[in-house]
Amino acid sequence: HSAVSEQAGKTSACQGCPNQSLCASGAAKAPDPAIEEIKVKLATVKHKIVVLSGKGGVGKSTFSANLAHALASDASTEVALLDVDICGPSVPKIMGVEGEQVHQSGSGWSPVYVEDNLAVMSIGFLLGSPDDAVIWRGPKKNGMIKQFLRDVDWGELDYLIVDTPPGTSDEHLSVVQYLSAARIDGAVIITTPQEVSLQDVRKEIRFCQKVNLPVIGVVENMSGFECPKCKNTSQIFPPTTGGAERMCEELGLPLLGKVPLDPRIGKNCDEGKSFLSEVPDSAAALAYQGIVKSKCDLRIPHSCCHRAGVNGLT
Amino acid sequence: AAASVGILDVDLCGPSIPRMLRVCRPEVHQCEAGWVPVYTDQQQNLALMSIGFLLEDPDEAVVWRGPKKTALIGQFVRDVAWGELDILLVDTPPGTSDEHLAVVENLRKHKIDGAVLVTTPQAVSTGDVRREITFCKKTGVQILGLIENMSGFVCPHCSECSNIFSKGGGEELAKLTGSEFLGSVPLDPLLTHSLEEGSNFLQAFPESATFSAINNIAQKLLLHMKDG
Repeated sequence: HSAVSEQAGKTSACQGCPNQSLCASGAAKAPDPAIEEIKVKLATVKHKIVVLSGKGGVGKSTFSANLAHALASDASTEVALLDVDICGPSVPKIMGVEGEQVHQSGSGWSPVYVEDNLAVMSIGFLLGSPDDAVIWRGPKKNGMIKQFLRDVDWGELDYLIVDTPPGTSDEHLSVVQYLSAARIDGAVIITTPQEVSLQDVRKEIRFCQKVNLPVIGVVENMSGFECPKCKNTSQIFPPTTGGAERMCEELGLPLLGKVPLDPRIGKNCDEGKSFLSEVPDSAAALAYQGIVKSKCDLRIPHSCCHRAGVNGLT
Repeated sequence: AAASVGILDVDLCGPSIPRMLRVCRPEVHQCEAGWVPVYTDQQQNLALMSIGFLLEDPDEAVVWRGPKKTALIGQFVRDVAWGELDILLVDTPPGTSDEHLAVVENLRKHKIDGAVLVTTPQAVSTGDVRREITFCKKTGVQILGLIENMSGFVCPHCSECSNIFSKGGGEELAKLTGSEFLGSVPLDPLLTHSLEEGSNFLQAFPESATFSAINNIAQKLLLHMKDG
């Protein structure tokens, strides 16, 4: 139990105090035994990447899915995608495995396989109907995430990608907490170009700092739209403050890439197909491939990267 | 006479409305009746309360678990001195969790007219909004209708229409679930630009198709509230 007052950060006197959110997030509690169990269970997972965003609707799950497909395109690479968006689990649909069942065995829950080397787990597989709502408060969501990390039989993996809902709340804290002994390579943060989105990304970056989660880099999604008829590019989500590029320069973070809008991305997600396989020569597919390649190069010196690089934020 | 409207922004992790209404760094004052909301206009027709106003540093992350979010939302509902309002709009983050339950539980005693659900056209989005509809049914919140946002893009150079996020999914979902379809709003760089600057899009572009779309939806909702 927390040694800090339950009221920490919550009273009206706390409003506006610069330490409010620090107090309100609670002091360190006694370690949950599941943390060690998860460390043991995930010892066979070489790399763990968390995909974050500040805002909703910026294309986080789309990116996570495309990243998973790209990494798994090499048949010798074992990849898994874990969907911890408990209220809005889109990953099964995007990966084309909606309606599949999860099986239990002696060694735990078996994930759903999209390919021999590409596995998926989501609460979506545990819901009976597409209308079922998961109306859960924080603690219950945290319990589910613990189970996903501790009880799924992932086997040997090169990459575990964790797709999150938007924000900086229970799901994010739980993922970081439960993986604290297992070591996360870092976070990829997805944004769209406009300041309304970047404003929330800066908070996400602060979150990463607070919980000592290295930032692998930022992806700017929905970065311009080329009209298929006249080929002019429109900035539908305008980078009025310089987009992710300027933000990354200011904060000393890598901009992993910029992905343009392409109606075929959403269409393939809706149909559960891999956009990268269906439209490999599109500008968006090339952008994704570039991002995956840059991440593979970046992951090698992970311990020195970008924890130190987050300057400009005290 | 103009309606007097309040907006309660309960997206605690990502409070965007202050920027969209160009009220980024005011202070929140207390009066006898409670916290004074921030007025976005001289005539004081549009008031706003957001956690954005309570953060010293705009880049500060609100890293709170559910119970603390629930507590602050309760305070927002109880302690903000809105005064006389015709309409209180509550903007929520995505999901069906603590914030949504907190809003419904705290507002229930004051009577909730209903919920407006916003989706984009593609199946991945409507797939989540189906669950949001279930949330409303389970918590006894009437669904005033569905809006299909980001519905098509008309190229400003050649007028070609591209359905970047597909089209029609919102309308289909409304039919499927027996909810009213309030209308579609297109993708419009002028709108997104206005929101970036916090300028009043409706005043600046009254001739645009986007203005008509938004206005039609607003009129339908006002009718609902008159009847309701």
